[in-house]
Order: sequence, then structure tokens, then C-alpha cells
Amino acid sequence: MTVPLLKIEELRIALAGDGVAHNAVEDVSFEIGRGEAFGLVGESGCGKSITALAVMGLLRRPLSLANGRIVLDGRDIQGSSPAEWRRLRGSRIAMIFQEPMTALNPLSPVGKQIAEMFVLHKGASWSEAMDRAEEALRQVRVPSPERRIRDYPHQLSGGMRQRVMIAIALACGPDLLIADEPTTALDVTVQSEIIDLMAELCAAKGTAILMISHDLGLVSNMCRRVAVMYAGRIVESQPAEAIFATPRHPYTQGLVDSLPRLGERARHGRQRLREISGVVPSIASYPAGCRFNPRCSAATEICRRTVPGLTMLPEGGLVRCHHHG
Amino acid sequence: MADSLLALDDLAVHFTVGGTFAGGLKTLKAVEGITLDVKPGECLGLVGESGCGKSTLALAIMGLIAPTRGRIALDGRNLNQRARLETARTVQMVFQDPYASLNPRQTVRRTLADPLRLQGLRDKAEVDGRVMDMLAKVGLRPEHADRYPHEFSGGQRQRIGIARALILRPKLVICDEPVSALDVSIRAQIINLLLELKDEMGLAYIMISHDLGVVEHVSDRVAVMYLGRIVEQGGWQEIFENPRHPYTRALIAAIPDPFHRAPAATVRAKAKGEIASALNPPPGCPFHPRCPIKAERCVSELPALEAVAPGHRAACHFRDRPQ
Amino acid sequence: MSQSTPASATADIAVKRRFRLKGGLSLWIGGALVGLALVVAIAAPLIALTDPVMSANLMNAELPPSLEFPFGTDAQGRDIYSRIVYGSRISLTVGVVSQIVNSLIGVSLGLSAGYWGGLWDDLVSGLTNLMLAIPSLIFALAIMAILGPGLVSLVIALGLTNWSYSCRLARAQVLSLKSQGYVQAARILGYGDLRIMFTQLLPNMLGPLIVIATLGMGSAILAEAALSFLGLGIRPPFPSWGSMLSEARDQITTVPWLSVFPGLAIFFTVLGLNLLGDGLRDIFDPQATTRRT
Repeated sequence: MTVPLLKIEELRIALAGDGVAHNAVEDVSFEIGRGEAFGLVGESGCGKSITALAVMGLLRRPLSLANGRIVLDGRDIQGSSPAEWRRLRGSRIAMIFQEPMTALNPLSPVGKQIAEMFVLHKGASWSEAMDRAEEALRQVRVPSPERRIRDYPHQLSGGMRQRVMIAIALACGPDLLIADEPTTALDVTVQSEIIDLMAELCAAKGTAILMISHDLGLVSNMCRRVAVMYAGRIVESQPAEAIFATPRHPYTQGLVDSLPRLGERARHGRQRLREISGVVPSIASYPAGCRFNPRCSAATEICRRTVPGLTMLPEGGLVRCHHHG
Repeated sequence: MADSLLALDDLAVHFTVGGTFAGGLKTLKAVEGITLDVKPGECLGLVGESGCGKSTLALAIMGLIAPTRGRIALDGRNLNQRARLETARTVQMVFQDPYASLNPRQTVRRTLADPLRLQGLRDKAEVDGRVMDMLAKVGLRPEHADRYPHEFSGGQRQRIGIARALILRPKLVICDEPVSALDVSIRAQIINLLLELKDEMGLAYIMISHDLGVVEHVSDRVAVMYLGRIVEQGGWQEIFENPRHPYTRALIAAIPDPFHRAPAATVRAKAKGEIASALNPPPGCPFHPRCPIKAERCVSELPALEAVAPGHRAACHFRDRPQ
Repeated sequence: MSQSTPASATADIAVKRRFRLKGGLSLWIGGALVGLALVVAIAAPLIALTDPVMSANLMNAELPPSLEFPFGTDAQGRDIYSRIVYGSRISLTVGVVSQIVNSLIGVSLGLSAGYWGGLWDDLVSGLTNLMLAIPSLIFALAIMAILGPGLVSLVIALGLTNWSYSCRLARAQVLSLKSQGYVQAARILGYGDLRIMFTQLLPNMLGPLIVIATLGMGSAILAEAALSFLGLGIRPPFPSWGSMLSEARDQITTVPWLSVFPGLAIFFTVLGLNLLGDGLRDIFDPQATTRRT
């Protein structure tokens, strides 16, 4: 196998507080190949966004990287200096967020914010950069970019703002785009357009995507491989088609079964949805052993005692369960 | 329709926005010309995206916003002729955000008991009995009664919100995105609970949601709204199997289907561009700037909501053109 | 939707830390200073050395601080320490009572204006702006001139002139709380307007209101001092910190202890109230308690 673009090894992220340190993320490892779209799925608080922040070198107190390696293109980057991180961000790794309004500078025209990327990372002159910003806006299909370039963020709709964010993120042709819930704040019809746009542009530029979302359907539609996180650990990682067809972890199975799917009622009539019982544990009260065990119908004594390791599945993929298969 | 629990007749809610300085006053037609009815025990799914007016419609039905035009009749009588406490016994609401919808300074018991006392129920034992009964119905334990909202998880809070809506034994409950703020693994619990309670208490629901999977699962009939108007309505099967309005098709096409990765047909059905502002709706059919099958006529002429089949109506000039 | 920003993941712990550290220091120093002032006021007869009024003895006039008279004596030979101890009763009474009056007026106006809106809101907002535009001390001076000096008129004058801050705060709070689901739910359940205001809105805005009332007490004590200094407040021979300063003004360079000690009493009490208000604000900070996105 060739060297992957990004390799995360045994990442552990500590959350300091009240004398006790909790592990917000534990034993997380995955790889993303060049130009590959990889999905990280989980509920709020499962550690998926924190993992992304670690890859961006943006962990701040009370969060800190306790262990693990982050390897970009064969080079360890977890110990980089602030100056090195600044060079990496934007030019090699870029990120878009759920709410573009908070990520854009409200006092600066969007064209200038895109052009800044070319000035900072490519050493372009401002007039040249503004031309390239207009071109970038055209690429993300903002209508009449020559006018929009002078607009301020508040003058744009949510979908347009997210397009601007994508233009900024992809401006310098990064190797990796991290998209953290990029469409959650958007309407469904707008959402599918943004996802299509993102996938298309990244494919054209050869940019890899780390897509982070709570929506398993959305992620598996866009990504080649998907990892599911629960309570700070990856519980399952499979190719996108397989995660829906043959989920192996009880949590993933629960997620796949629990949501009403379009067309299901017409085929089988209305059936009671399969519930996952209980509640998502908070970080201070993670159970011992397998963290899903209090909610798992198949849990046995070993699940309450021992943390399951990741098992390689015969058809590829990994699962963290004592009773998988 | 005499047997309707809720009947809306040509309902419109307009707001005046802007001031004399900022380019004059404008009229925001949040809800425009809506005629709809809900029968006892029925679940009506109300689908639409931001700015489509579904929340305004809900507030108007609850009597919190006065309609600009048209009539709202509950149980055969006009909403404005009914006393507030009487309306409270007929129609109630479940809110989207389980965090903002519970008073942080009130125990669960007080949240549930106060509405009963307000209705004149004085007997302490009876109030207590009904509170406990309701807690059990929504799957909470008796000891939860004396806790405050912050001691509960999101899913449990939503159960409290449901208990509060049902404590007066209403006939109609408006559920405004009841699961979209909840963790994914919790949603099925709440949907199942709502359906159980519907059967048990003979409730009618208006289920407001942008999640078509949820709407299809729970609804008997579905109405689709776009920029303040209903663009299509019909039985759930007709809407999902044989949608006639291009917007309904676009909504369905936008749902990521994990089993079929973007087949060509759905790509064609997708809407393009952004939702127009309700302040400045496009002339003609409000959907035309985004419509994949728009024609010249759509730009100038507003299509009426007309029947394509018994009980199935669509507001599109090309409603008879198959998918 | 609670999509996991790291903020929401760590909010619990962040809240606790803020409570302990950030709110902590000023809260405890302020609380200690205010607590000390309260203890002094309540236990005045026990800790004063002499009677503040009746102990005049011209033989002891204007003695510098000594073991017998820790803060010195005034022109009538009265012990300044004892007068400050008794003066705390007047200063704190003026501060507390005038703030209660202010809060009652401000909160009822602001709450009703924010809740009902419309013409009533326009009226109240106009009145509030008017009150903010007139220097409140001048306004209080005018009221005092009509009512004449004395403790009761002081409290009335200060109570009627400083409600605009709590009024604006209450109104702003209502405007943001009114759209919360639980307020809408209460309306749907048939709660009357007053019931909604008192059970749903008021309990949820008490925190910031207490903060602003605490800060207001500090300014009321200063205003009392200013009015008494101008001769319109507490009339001699009864001691208030302000009137003591007023009497001392001619001798500020020759007999400094006459003005320094009442001045320090005012300084530390007002400082304590401000620190306490700041500390409380950090605790009630909506950012810290309602963060969730």
C-alpha cells in the first residue's frame, strides 16, 4: 500500500477539569488516502469534532493531545510549532464548519476573505488575488461573482455563505478538507447541492475529505469509507455500502435500524421503530468495559469488564465488539 | 366540513417589516391562502424548509398570532370565539428544542400540575394522580417529578415536553420538529412514544418536520409548504410514491439514500439555487427559479392548488405530467 | 441541534471552573467587605466605644487618632470611630431600601413593557430614556428640595431616580426570554399574562437583576454621601458618612482624620458592593449557564 495522506495513530485527547482528567477521545486510529473521502459519524459529544480539531492543530485548553501520532504525507505533524501549523492550515489542510457565519469575518467583504488566502499562502499581489477570488466564487457556483465579491457575509444566504467557505477552504488547493457538519444548518434541498458541489470540486482537485457528521445516510452517500464513533472511541469502520448493508457493531446496527427510511412504510407497512434504549453517556460517566454496554441488548459480563479491541473483519473493516458477527 | 377537528379556511398571516427609513414598509406573507383540515385521530404531516411558514401556521393555530385573513375553526367553532382555557384543553404543542422549552426554575411536578390547577382542578390527590399517571405514560419514573429540567437528558426533557402537552388531554397536538434537536440514537424512542400515545389517547397530530423519513413513517396525510403556500397535499402514499409538484420531488431527491448512490433520475429532480425570501417572492409560481421543469407560463401565472386525484392536490401547471 | 463543538463537550467543566475561579476572588472579597459592613451596622451598639451623638465633649475636640479614640475626634469632641460605626446603619439603609424601591419600579415597568410591547412599551422606553438623560443626582436634589432633608426623603429621592437601569435590563431580558419555548407553552396552556410574568419570566431573570441592584447600592451610598455633603441629606447631629464628610470639608488639610476615615468607610463599602456585583455577574453570566448550541 502506498503512503496514506493522513494517518492517525492511537489518538488520545484529554479533557482537563476538576482535578480529574477525562479522555474525550481514546485509541482513535484511521487513515485517509490521497483524494479519498472518509466519513466520521457519531452523535454530539462522541469526540468526532475534537478529533478534527486535533488534525488541524487547534486543540486548546482544557483539551490537549495526550497521546498518538498525526502523520501527514509521511511526516509527523503533532509536535509542530505554531508557525508550522499556520503554514499547514489553509495551504495543506483546510476546514469548513457547521455555521459559516461564525467562521467568516463579518466586517470584511467575502472576496477579500478569499483573496487573503492567495496573498498569505501563495504570495500573490492583492489585485491578482482578487481576480483569483472571483474565479474561485465562480467555481463554487455563486451567481454573478463579479458583484458578490464585494458583498459582506450578512448579505448572503446560509447556502451562499457555505459556498464562500468552500471557496476559501479550497483556495490554495489543500490536500485535505475537513468538513465538520457542513450542511447541518442548511435546508435539505440546499444541503444536497452543497454536498454535491463539495464532492465534485474535491474530486477535480484531488483533495481528500474528512467528513464529520451525525447523519450516517449523508456520510455514507458521499464517502468511500466510514468510521462510527461512540463515546470517544471508534466502534466500527467499514466501506460505506457495507456499513448500511451489514453493520457489525450493535450501536451501528441500532442507528441503521432506528431511523424511519423513505419507502419503508410503503413496502412493509408501518412497523414500530427499533429503539436504542437509554441515553448517550456524558464524558464524566463513561461506563467501564465497552462504553455501549448499558444500552446494548447483547451485552454480557465481559462487555461490562473489558474494553473490546478492534477486530479485523474478514471482508475488510474493523469492529470493536466482543460479540461481533 | 362539520366533522373536522381543525379547519383552516383561506388562512393568511402577514407581517409588516422594515421602517420608514430603510426603504419603506414591506409585507411579509408568512402564510398565504391556506385551506386545510385535520380530522379527529388523524396525523397530518407538514413539510417544508426554512421560511416556508410552517412555524407561523402552528402559532396561528395555537392562537398566539392573529391571522390577517381567513378562519380557524377548532371543533366546529371559531378560534377567536373560544376562551383561552377552553382552547388549551383542545390543542397543545410539543416544541423542537427540549432545552429552551422547559422552565429551568420549575420542577417537573409544577410544570405538569399548574395547568391542571388553572383548569380549576382543586383536589390535590387528583392533580397528583394525573401528574403521576402522565409521567408513567411518557416513560418517566415517579421520582422524576421533583427534579428540575437540567437534571435530565435531551430525550427525557422531550418526554417531559410531551407530558406537558398531553396533561390536559387535548384532541390535537402540534409537534414542531419534535426529534430534530435530539441525538440520533434517541429519536426512535420519541417517535415510537408519540405514536403509542396517539393510539392510546386518540390524538390527532400535526407533525411539522423537514425529515421526510419521519413524516412518511407517522403521517396519514401530508401537506408540503413552500414560501407560505401549500404546494401539494394528499395521502402519504400518494405524496411519496407519486409526487406531482417538482418541489416535493426535489425534497424526496435530496434525501441521501444509502442504498442507491445518486441515480441519474434523482439528479434531474433536484432543485437548484436557493430558497427565495418570503419578503420578496418571485412572481408567478414561487418555485419557478429553482424548478427543473419550469416553462414560460410559470414565470407569470400562479398555479392554483387543484386536484390530480381524489384527495390529492398540487399547485403546479404541469401537475398531470408524470414523473 | 447539539452538534458537538468542543465548547458543548466541555461546557459542564467550564461552568464549574468559572464559578470557582473567575467569579471567586471578587465574589469573596466583595462579600467579605459587605458582610463586614452589615455586621458593623447590626452590632453597632456593641462595638461602638461611645454614643455617637451624646458624647460631645469640647475638651476632646479634634484629637488625632489615639488608643482612646482610634480614628480621632471631631470638632465637638465626639469619637469618629463610633460615629462611623453608627453611620453605617444609615448608609446601608439608604443603599438597600432605595435599591428595593428602584428595583420594584424598574422591574415592574420593564417586565410589563417588554411583555406587552406596543404603546405601553413606547411610553416606558421614552420615560426610561428621559430618566437616563437627566443626571439623576440633579433630579434627586430637586426631590430633596421639595421634601426637605431627612432619611425618609433621601430614600424616596434616590428610590425614584435610579430605576432606569433595572427597567432597561428587565425589558431586555423579557424580550429574549419571551420567545423561549416554555413561555410560549405557558401561553398555550392558558396561563394569564401576570402568571406568565411572575412564574415563567421573573424567576429566570433574577440573577442579572440582583447584580444590577447590588451595583446600584454602591451608587446609592455615594449619592447619599453627595447629598449629605451638600447639606441636603441626613441632618446633624445624626452621623452619616456623607454628613461627616460634609462637616469636615473646611478642615480637610488641617484636621485630615475628620474626612479620611468616613471617606475610607465609603470607599471600602462601595468597593465591596461593586466586587460582589461583579462576582455575582460572573456566576449569573448567561454565557456560562446557558451555553449549548
